[in-house]
Amino acid sequence: MTTQEVPAPSAADPSTDPMRPRPFRLLAHRFDTDDTVTVRLEPVDGVPLAFEAGQYTMIGMLGAGEVPISISGDPAVPDLLQHTIRDVGGVTHALVRARPGDLVGVRGPYGRGWSVMDGAGGDVVLVAGGIGLAPLRPALLEILAHRHRFGRVVVLYGARTPADILYADTLDSWRSDGVDVAEIVDYGPPGYRGRVGRVTTLVPRAGFDPANTLALVCGPEIMMRYAAAALADRGVPPGRIRLSLERNMKCGIGLCGHCQLRELFICTDGPVLPWSRVEALLRVKEV
Amino acid sequence: MGVRAYPVVLPVDGVQKLIDLLRGRGLPVVGPTPRDGVIVHAPITSLADLPTGTGDDQAPGRYRLRARGDGALFGYAVPASSWKHLFLPPREVLLGDGPATDPVPVALFGVRSCDLAALDLHDRALLRRPAVDVRYARRRQGTVVVAVTCTEPSAMCFCAGLRTGPEPSAGYDVRLTELTDGGHRFLAVPGTPLGEDLLAEAGWDPAAARDVEAAADAVRDAAGRMRRAPRLDGLREDLYGAADLPHWEQVGSRCLACAGCTLVCPTCFCTTVEDTSGVRGEDARRIRVWDSCFTAAFSYLHGGSVRESIASRYRQWITHKFATWTDQFGVLGCVGCGRCTTWCPAGIDLLAELAAVRGLSAPPGDRRVTDGTETG
Ligand SMILES: Cc1cc2nc3c(=O)[nH]c(=O)nc-3n(C[C@H](O)[C@H](O)[C@H](O)COP(=O)(O)OP(=O)(O)OC[C@H]3O[C@@H](n4cnc5c(N)ncnc54)[C@H](O)[C@@H]3O)c2cc1C
Ligand code: SF4
Ligand code: SF4
Repeated sequence: MTTQEVPAPSAADPSTDPMRPRPFRLLAHRFDTDDTVTVRLEPVDGVPLAFEAGQYTMIGMLGAGEVPISISGDPAVPDLLQHTIRDVGGVTHALVRARPGDLVGVRGPYGRGWSVMDGAGGDVVLVAGGIGLAPLRPALLEILAHRHRFGRVVVLYGARTPADILYADTLDSWRSDGVDVAEIVDYGPPGYRGRVGRVTTLVPRAGFDPANTLALVCGPEIMMRYAAAALADRGVPPGRIRLSLERNMKCGIGLCGHCQLRELFICTDGPVLPWSRVEALLRVKEV
Repeated sequence: MGVRAYPVVLPVDGVQKLIDLLRGRGLPVVGPTPRDGVIVHAPITSLADLPTGTGDDQAPGRYRLRARGDGALFGYAVPASSWKHLFLPPREVLLGDGPATDPVPVALFGVRSCDLAALDLHDRALLRRPAVDVRYARRRQGTVVVAVTCTEPSAMCFCAGLRTGPEPSAGYDVRLTELTDGGHRFLAVPGTPLGEDLLAEAGWDPAAARDVEAAADAVRDAAGRMRRAPRLDGLREDLYGAADLPHWEQVGSRCLACAGCTLVCPTCFCTTVEDTSGVRGEDARRIRVWDSCFTAAFSYLHGGSVRESIASRYRQWITHKFATWTDQFGVLGCVGCGRCTTWCPAGIDLLAELAAVRGLSAPPGDRRVTDGTETG
């Protein structure tokens, strides 16, 4: 192409470079479980990071790397950025080790969120597996901020063991806010009195009206497939079952090519996508 | 200089003048030049840098230069390298100390039609997007293109079937068609006002009817010699429908997952980001490098890769080129240059694989078979 046809982005101004992170200062750091930490961050430049529940940021430290992490804070409080991070490898380890006062780099927010208000006027079911509760927390906070506009609100939460349960005291406060919360663990220690089994087994008996329900699902991909199938079996319309998908991401803005699920760029078309859109794709092996 | 009718004719030294004029405007000129037994795109300053009198033979897993016995400047098909490294470098620093990159506009000299189409595809993928790749945009700004009509397609070329060649139809400042019979000369057409100026300054002669006819014949002849082409109708649906076929395992067992095809492909644009630092955290840098869907790391998530098998990576690559590109960017992601097949160390022929997964049979033993429209 020739000179005339190339749009002229003001690339000389580094602040327009979407690959350049904004510095955030770590304010607080709390262990949720042995390997999972919730961090609170504030923007050094004071500009709040407004986001929609279900969006993520690319967060990291120069020299360590950068990874996609969902925002776990309250969308109504955009001047406080919260992430809940599980230490699974190089970059997350560096983030989990950061201490108050440390600076981290943040880009975003990116992606399409849950669009929770689509569920107003009906019931909402949130199905979470493991760290998958973190991306759902902003959705629940948004629902609670408009509690009267929703019918029954149900949280079905599966963790590996009781020690892996995130936000344990928050779960109780949600209960007192009129949320029907059920936890279940894969493995209970001897004498454990709670439910043991797969989170998907809670779907058939949970109290919601399937035909008039918005379902939000987040967890390991296999768990999401079973959960979505169980919700669809109960009669939740596949277009009203939303999943937050996970793929390797290097840019968050649809340029690096890593996150493709067939024709979808999970980073920008997702991460939240309806089951009706992805069911067939997720059935193909290694797609 | 008043109104004139194009095309016009440039003598050989007029082509040298074009290079001089571009350099005179402060533009580094990049063009085809022989190096280590292949033709690559590298900085050039004169016609002496071009692979004059050189032809090429291309076949699956094979590329050889040969002497043509004439003085043709463009008597070969696509060079080994595309142009993408100029705008999307194989490695660049995103953050931290690195070579200060203040890109200057470049002039591309001798761009084939397929590669011109590929530039447009990269613009679609990296520029005409909600989020722009600002580094690519900066390098791409002010690019001047001297395109050349392909009159010597290789046995691996199939631009004619994809309608991306052999004659560049848009996106150039000047288009040259080399004529060797009846005097070595070039039929030239400007594509922009800049191209008009360049041609005027280079000094053209009016074109005679026989020049125009000779060029048209050369284009028709080149297109006619390209016997390979994928069948276009139903391509996307066929590939989406073929996701579970056992044939992927078969090609997966031949593919070495070396990523060579993605490196030579002018449309492949995937990159990864790597951070590095010294042992005490000094010299921290964030670097962007070319990546390939043929690696295991490409789809790695905590716990493993989404695409563990080579079969699934080959399927990903070819499905992206011929199906998902259409959904994502409105066009096929392949321009028919044939590089992936020529440069595959296992000699895997993209078109033969495409034909195989679509259930279109190939005559036994013919590896250069395509999807039904032809046999090579
Ligand atoms: C949309 C989305 C939301 C997510 N939300 C959350 C969440 O809320 N909480 C959570 O805990 N997890 C979340 N994840 C998962 C999280 O992104 C991964 O756990 C994380 O990428 C693992 O990175 P790691 O380096 O710690 O692990 P590793 O297994 O070591 O690396 C995984 C990837 O990290 C990158 N990486 C590693 N080292 C480097 C390096 N030196 N330079 C550059 N890159 C490097 C590479 O891309 C590598 O493939 C989310 C993922 C997605 C896609
Ligand atoms: S897929 Fe092969 S033939 Fe098509 S543009 Fe890429 S390298 Fe050329
Ligand atoms: S198709 Fe050929 S070039 Fe491409 S990764 Fe496989 S072996 Fe390498």
